[in-house]
Amino acid sequence: MDESYSGRVGTKILQVALIRPGLFQATLRLFPVVALCLFLAPVGAGLIATVLPAFGYFPALGGESLSLEPWRTLFTLPGIAESLRLTLFTGFLATLLAFVIVIGFCSVVHGTRLFNRAQIMLSPLLATPHVAVAIGLSFLISPSGWMARWVSPWLTGWNRPPDVSIIHDPLGLSFVLGLLLKEVPYLTLMTVAALGQVRSRETLVVARSLGYSPVKAWLRTVLPQIYPQIRLPIYAVLAFSMSVVDVAIVLAPTNPPPLSALVFRLFLDRDLKMIFPAAAGACLQFMVVVAAICLWRLMELTVQRVARPWLTKGPANERNLFAGPFWIGIVGGLVSLSLLGTLALVLWSFARSWFYPQSLPQAWTLSHWARQLQGLVWPSTVTLVVGFSAAIIALILTIGCLQNERVNGLGSTSRTLWLLYTPLLVPQIAFLFGVQILLVRFDLDSTWTALVWSHLLFVFPYVFLSLADPWRSFDVRYRDSALTLTGSSLKTFFLVELPLMLMPTLFALALGFAVSVGQYLPTIFAGGGRFTTLTVEAVTLSSGGDRRVVGIYAFIQAALPLIVYCSAIMIPRWAYRKRRGMHL
Amino acid sequence: MREFILALIFLCSVGSTAHAVPESWTEILQKARGQTVYWNAWAGDENTNQFIAWVIQRVDKEYGVKVEHVKIKLTSEAVAHVVAEKAAGRNEGGAMDLIWINGENFLAMKQQGLLFGPFTHLLPNYRLVDTVGKPTTVTDFAVPVDGMEAPWRMAQIVYVYDKARLTDPPRSMPAMLEWAKKNPGRITHPQTRNFLGSTFLKQALYELVDDPSVLQEPATDENFAEVTAPLWTWYDELKPNMWRKGEQFPESGPAMRQLLADGEIDIMISFSPNEASISIAKGILPDSVRTYVLEKGTIGNTSFVAIPYNANAKEGAMVVANFLLSPESQAHAQNPEVMGNFTVLDLNKLTDKERQAFKNLPKGVATLSNENLGVPLLEPHPSWMNRIVEEWERRYSK
Repeated sequence: MDESYSGRVGTKILQVALIRPGLFQATLRLFPVVALCLFLAPVGAGLIATVLPAFGYFPALGGESLSLEPWRTLFTLPGIAESLRLTLFTGFLATLLAFVIVIGFCSVVHGTRLFNRAQIMLSPLLATPHVAVAIGLSFLISPSGWMARWVSPWLTGWNRPPDVSIIHDPLGLSFVLGLLLKEVPYLTLMTVAALGQVRSRETLVVARSLGYSPVKAWLRTVLPQIYPQIRLPIYAVLAFSMSVVDVAIVLAPTNPPPLSALVFRLFLDRDLKMIFPAAAGACLQFMVVVAAICLWRLMELTVQRVARPWLTKGPANERNLFAGPFWIGIVGGLVSLSLLGTLALVLWSFARSWFYPQSLPQAWTLSHWARQLQGLVWPSTVTLVVGFSAAIIALILTIGCLQNERVNGLGSTSRTLWLLYTPLLVPQIAFLFGVQILLVRFDLDSTWTALVWSHLLFVFPYVFLSLADPWRSFDVRYRDSALTLTGSSLKTFFLVELPLMLMPTLFALALGFAVSVGQYLPTIFAGGGRFTTLTVEAVTLSSGGDRRVVGIYAFIQAALPLIVYCSAIMIPRWAYRKRRGMHL
Repeated sequence: MREFILALIFLCSVGSTAHAVPESWTEILQKARGQTVYWNAWAGDENTNQFIAWVIQRVDKEYGVKVEHVKIKLTSEAVAHVVAEKAAGRNEGGAMDLIWINGENFLAMKQQGLLFGPFTHLLPNYRLVDTVGKPTTVTDFAVPVDGMEAPWRMAQIVYVYDKARLTDPPRSMPAMLEWAKKNPGRITHPQTRNFLGSTFLKQALYELVDDPSVLQEPATDENFAEVTAPLWTWYDELKPNMWRKGEQFPESGPAMRQLLADGEIDIMISFSPNEASISIAKGILPDSVRTYVLEKGTIGNTSFVAIPYNANAKEGAMVVANFLLSPESQAHAQNPEVMGNFTVLDLNKLTDKERQAFKNLPKGVATLSNENLGVPLLEPHPSWMNRIVEEWERRYSK
């Protein structure tokens, strides 16, 4: 820094002191308010419109007075207890396993080259929609599936596939596996983001110098620091595992299914009166999720108390139960299952016929692609338009809220903004039916607005989750210096702050797009059949069970977000190719 | 918040209004021109989707009516949407114009006053329908149609088996049980909330019951247990010998067909006499599959289209319903290379040329002739189906 520079800074500081809080700052204050209104209104209203029928009030079907009858019907449904048990078991197991695997993985690879690449390698997996992954997995592991075909009949002697439950197994383990394929990459990326915010390197050096092995040092010093930051994503995973419908239909037990799928079946039952117990079931689903989150919080507190002596007792000669290769192997295995499943679906899309026990299609054809291509135009367009609209709006809202925190120094808004996560924590089925009634009432259903809005409910929280941490850890001294040079908040924002945050911003955009691509229920409820996206087509066609057609949709469904993700990685590299300091 | 709830209650209770529809066909055609009809139809079958795509093209060219195929997974999705619209007080300009429907969904919509009509008397082609020889065109699952829905294709239960693995399929319910005991794990049916799942039970009941005529009347608390007792005795023995020991069931018919293709089962039930041939042609099933029916016959029914009470394009919807009943469309639908569903028309009411179109149709390798299929048995009253499903869940859900 030379003399003249510091002199200029001095005069600029004077100028800045004279600038009154401008339009920019005032506008920013509106963002949190707008964001909350956009979100809480429909979710709250939707919940009310679902709670009323749960207590018998729904005049359209002759429910004129309040009663507990829907609840009685619900609780006398055969299999309801088992459904509930299954939901709790699979939800907790999936979340717990995902958490343990992610922590195990991060503790052994943090600081290695592999860790730096994890973000780039795992992001595409995040982009593949859940149901496509589930369909791929089901073909991979079922008794007549791809893996069995590799070794049959020459090794196994299975001329006919064995009659054993692998998918739809009674315990729901294949369902848990299907959930892990998506949740592990998601939680890993959230952990990576959180690690960027704590002084993990310094604490690790200190802990290791005290004699802890690297992994133990990580578990004792880094984990307690990052846990509060990945808590919300963990809750979202818990809520998601307990309320997902489409993956459950593909992989979970069928008789009875988990609560989410049971409630979905009730909503669509041929007997319209079942809407009453269905609404009660949706409320029950909501309560179960809330209870599960409370229970998880209780477990956190217990672990915190129990683990304290262990945390502070100093390095002991503990045996390492699972070494590095174990965790890397598990994550690698999950990644391979995802990729193989997708590959199998791509093969199916070119197969004319492919019968057991052939490990490759007997005859190939391009006709499925040729036939579907025309039909793909409209769903692809809708997917792109809605995905980008929702992601961009979510991005603007998110940056607005975060910039408001930075500029107006309102750290407290983040305390109310947790409300934005309600759409992730409340089961979709619990409020979407209500949202649908409201949309119809205000003549908004079957419009682009309704569709984008309903997607936004789920896109915004994810975009916010992904961008909040990088944004808050931004070194404000860049902003201060820039402000003194430009004298304008607006210029500073567009010339300095946004370019510096380009990479996380584009990643958030890509994540938002991927989340939108994966939405099934919101499209059904808000689209009124006028709009069909690739996911809706894929889920609808998967009810027809033709893997070849499902393969085409799943492939494109996965390819679109993948392209966006790759762009999110490549654009900053290209844009900053001449700035060595910003090479990533 | 209290105001909000009150507002919501108000929203749900707005009264209904009617909107006048012309009575003459020329006027209907005039009003229909330029309308867009949103046709909600189950889209799990690619051949049916392509037939619908063909209808869309022809109706646009012939009558200037635009049709959008709203692809749905379950008919009840469309029904639920109409319910939501009624709840929100939208009694005109609804989002659905035409729904592919029958049986329970029809009964539910008819009972709840969610349908427009009667309208079939307005359709010129309706007089060609064989209402005598095909009684299911006027009685949908023992529920009188009363002109509230228009038939468009016939369906009948058949069983599909793979002759490479099974030479002589069982042609009665006791024979099926004996075969399953000797070959455990090689038969299944879709979960019972799926219509094919309940159909499997219904067909068994039809044969096992002492006097099938009782099934044409609604089931009662008094007679249900007694009438269905033989079914449960039979099923109790069959279940442990089914695929996955009767503990799991495929989600839908196509999922079951995939099991047959994957060699996991040897026999499946189907409601489409041409499903086997079409599946062979498409490479979905091996070319060794064949079709058969039971010695004492199988249940048949009819697919219909209905118009919701608040449909936006009622005239356009009627034009589509009428086109579906035209000899041209019916012959196209019966072509096994297209869809292979038998016609609802009485061929004797057609002109020679129109009749010839039906006679010239190719025949699928695994499709039975009309004579082999036999006269379809009448669907039981829907109350039987509902109760059987409930009873099944009570008995066999954990």
